[in-house]
Amino acid sequence: MGVGIRTHELRKVFTTPPPLAAAGARFAGGGGGGLFKKKKDAKPNPNIVALDGVSLEVAPGEIFGLLGPNGAGKSTTVGILTTRVRPTSGEAYIGPYDAWKQQVDAKRLIGVVQQRPNLDFSLTAREILLFHAAYYGISGAERHERANRLLDQFQLTPRADDMTRGFSGGMMQRLSVARALMHDPQVLFLDEPSTGLDPQTRLLLWGIVREYNESGKTILLTTHNMEEADTMCHRVAIVDHGKVIALGTPAELKASIPGGYLVQLKLSAVPESLIEKLKSLSGVTEVRATGNSVDIYAGRGGSLIGEVAAAAAENSADLHDVHIAEPSLENLFLHHTGRSLRQ
Amino acid sequence: MNWTTFRALFARDLHVARRNLLTTILQTMLQPLLFVFVFGQVMTRSGMMPTSYRGMLLPGIMAIAMTMTGMMGVAMPLLAEFQFTREIEDRLLAPIRSEWLAVEKMVAGAIQALISGAIVALPARLLLGSDLGLSTEHLGLFATIAVLVAIFAAAGGMTLGCSVGQTQIGLIFSLVLAPMIMFGCAYYPWASLASFPILQKLVLINPLVYASEGLRGTLAPQYPHISPTIIIAVLVVVDAILIVTGLNRFQSKAVS
Repeated sequence: MGVGIRTHELRKVFTTPPPLAAAGARFAGGGGGGLFKKKKDAKPNPNIVALDGVSLEVAPGEIFGLLGPNGAGKSTTVGILTTRVRPTSGEAYIGPYDAWKQQVDAKRLIGVVQQRPNLDFSLTAREILLFHAAYYGISGAERHERANRLLDQFQLTPRADDMTRGFSGGMMQRLSVARALMHDPQVLFLDEPSTGLDPQTRLLLWGIVREYNESGKTILLTTHNMEEADTMCHRVAIVDHGKVIALGTPAELKASIPGGYLVQLKLSAVPESLIEKLKSLSGVTEVRATGNSVDIYAGRGGSLIGEVAAAAAENSADLHDVHIAEPSLENLFLHHTGRSLRQ
Repeated sequence: MNWTTFRALFARDLHVARRNLLTTILQTMLQPLLFVFVFGQVMTRSGMMPTSYRGMLLPGIMAIAMTMTGMMGVAMPLLAEFQFTREIEDRLLAPIRSEWLAVEKMVAGAIQALISGAIVALPARLLLGSDLGLSTEHLGLFATIAVLVAIFAAAGGMTLGCSVGQTQIGLIFSLVLAPMIMFGCAYYPWASLASFPILQKLVLINPLVYASEGLRGTLAPQYPHISPTIIIAVLVVVDAILIVTGLNRFQSKAVS
């Protein structure tokens, strides 16, 4: 029987810069408070609200995605669930165990792949796997058997007995995932797993993660990669500014965008009459104008362009740029926040 | 408390220590041994120092080697692992309360300190000759003090390693460790500071003073030294303070 994840009204307010886990881009820098810092120089740290009431329920055996831009609170959520961040309020459970109050029990159930490789540089690839398994009390013979199998699966056997310092980014990432799987965790956390991976390695990784999931294991992955969330996840929560702004299967989420297609225009001018005209075109469900840009949500894409160009000409506005985006999670994010995920 | 995990964490540190044995030895032993050679051999043979200085020097050298090995052995990896390589994260996720990882690090550091004290004593004794006038009468006291010194070194390393930033390592060496060694009564007995009364009081905040005086008082009691009873009392207090501080600092680094 698989193990699920549950969080209830999870809040995290950082009063000091987070030292290790949850170091999203937004918190980078400013962590140099050291021995010689005089008290009077220390500025009162602004309270950074990283999570603002996140309630999630991930079913056993589900691949669940947290999608959002840097600093949205994805890593902080993972940090709390993996016992590395103390929640300010709210609850986080791994199966029956409170991730903060029953840390050791919770830690037994989870495997974690961090955003940044954190391999033990004092050990060889094989030793990293063997020692990791030893921390979980796995017997000697079993350890070696599992290490061999995972090294082979992740195509690391030829470098198994090398120190990891000279490994490429992709190899380090593969080894990190292999290490997280060594103790056969019920719940696997993958924090931005494919950042910096070449397409081939990404496919290898996705294949292995799917296979692992098929054996009944729960997977929580964070990503700002639309494609990854779309192809990998059974359900996705879109987070921004520490809040869940949308939740559902990728298909449901995409269907929730008015119209589905997004046509983005740049014009020399946007008179009110043009907006009215655009709204009246068939299939158009929503028109949003900001400055000289117009976003049209519609049930069709390419076939709309002729009518849009005619409408612009009628209202003496020059079209400078037209972009048609198919239904996607990216558009959904844009729709909810008015910002692109990559911004 | 999960002994299996604790043992595995310890085995990892032991494995890494074995792998880095040569560099560790060179790093921590070379300087005290060079000092032994210059002061114990060059200076005494040329008549600039009395030959009796050699017996006075050995316990002090052991105190320095133990303190530096224990402190550096715990502090340096922690500095890198928490800030730079983050390689400690895997062990923080091991199924054991993270405080026990800190305890494990201190135990490993203290053992390293004890071993380095023993290792440095052998060549130092060879370099200094056999007629050092060392006493074996107080071996029990000597061992007690050695263990307390090793704990002080490891817990001090934990506190230091979890308190300073990576950019401040150089500063730590020149501002903390250098005065600590020079005013640690390793190269001279504390009593010989009598002509500098203020300094003599001031150096008492330096735990290395108690390490040097303690080892000297039990190994070469013919030289003036602070009473071993006082030494043990002070070291117990210092150890307790550093262990608590070190654990707190470690936790603040491990959990945000």
